[in-house]
Amino acid sequence: MSASDRPLSPHLQIYRPQLTTILSITHRATGVALAVGTLLLTCWLISAALGPANYTGLQRFLASWLGILLLLGWSWSLFYHLCNGIRHLVWDTGHWLDLKGCYASGYGVLIVSTALTAIAWIAGFTSLGHS
Amino acid sequence: MTPGSEMRSVLGRVRGLGSAKEGVAHWWAQRLTAVALVPLCLWFVASVIGLIGAPYPVFVAWARNPIDAVLLVLLIVATFHHAQLGLQVVIEDYVHHEPTKLASLLLIKGAALFLGLVSLWAVVRLAFG
Repeated sequence: MSASDRPLSPHLQIYRPQLTTILSITHRATGVALAVGTLLLTCWLISAALGPANYTGLQRFLASWLGILLLLGWSWSLFYHLCNGIRHLVWDTGHWLDLKGCYASGYGVLIVSTALTAIAWIAGFTSLGHS
Repeated sequence: MTPGSEMRSVLGRVRGLGSAKEGVAHWWAQRLTAVALVPLCLWFVASVIGLIGAPYPVFVAWARNPIDAVLLVLLIVATFHHAQLGLQVVIEDYVHHEPTKLASLLLIKGAALFLGLVSLWAVVRLAFG
């Protein structure tokens, strides 16, 4: 068996998925999604800099079902990456590294990021009603 | 650990860089931008929520506000720097074919620089245009 044929650690095909591993890969996936999402940030700023017609055009796209779906995905990705990023920063200080701290903060990240996404969208629709 | 019980010289241990001789700067920059992005992202989301459905002049008035314009610049710099640092690690972890890895790294770093500069141009144009 040549070196390139050997299965790579961490042997995903025989490992049972756990909360910690799922949250870890989700942090990466949301990070990549957010990097792609920066295209929207750039388009948004450029359209505004180019004038009202371009700005309104982008607003209309964001209000479409595809735009809302993308914004929904990106907003949860942002809050997840933000919350789990803070969890990473706490780990850097040496805390929450035991099983209990790791799992408690993991469930905490899931709950808080989903709650923040819900609050942001409720606030968004409320704001829309007032403008 | 007693001196001489490992293969590294005393000077090597003091420098603390390991065999790769680098990595601390990348790690540190990723943390610094992460810490900066916590308040910046919360400010940005709150601002965007306030701007939903706003007519063009309202948006321009927001973008011309000095505080908001400067925070936008900070957000853009921190975001694109943090994004390319993170994507670099992802590519280094999963792409093992050396030419593809080099091309991917150049692509994401170039794209981050380009998109970041274009975004900054837009902010400056809105603020002074």
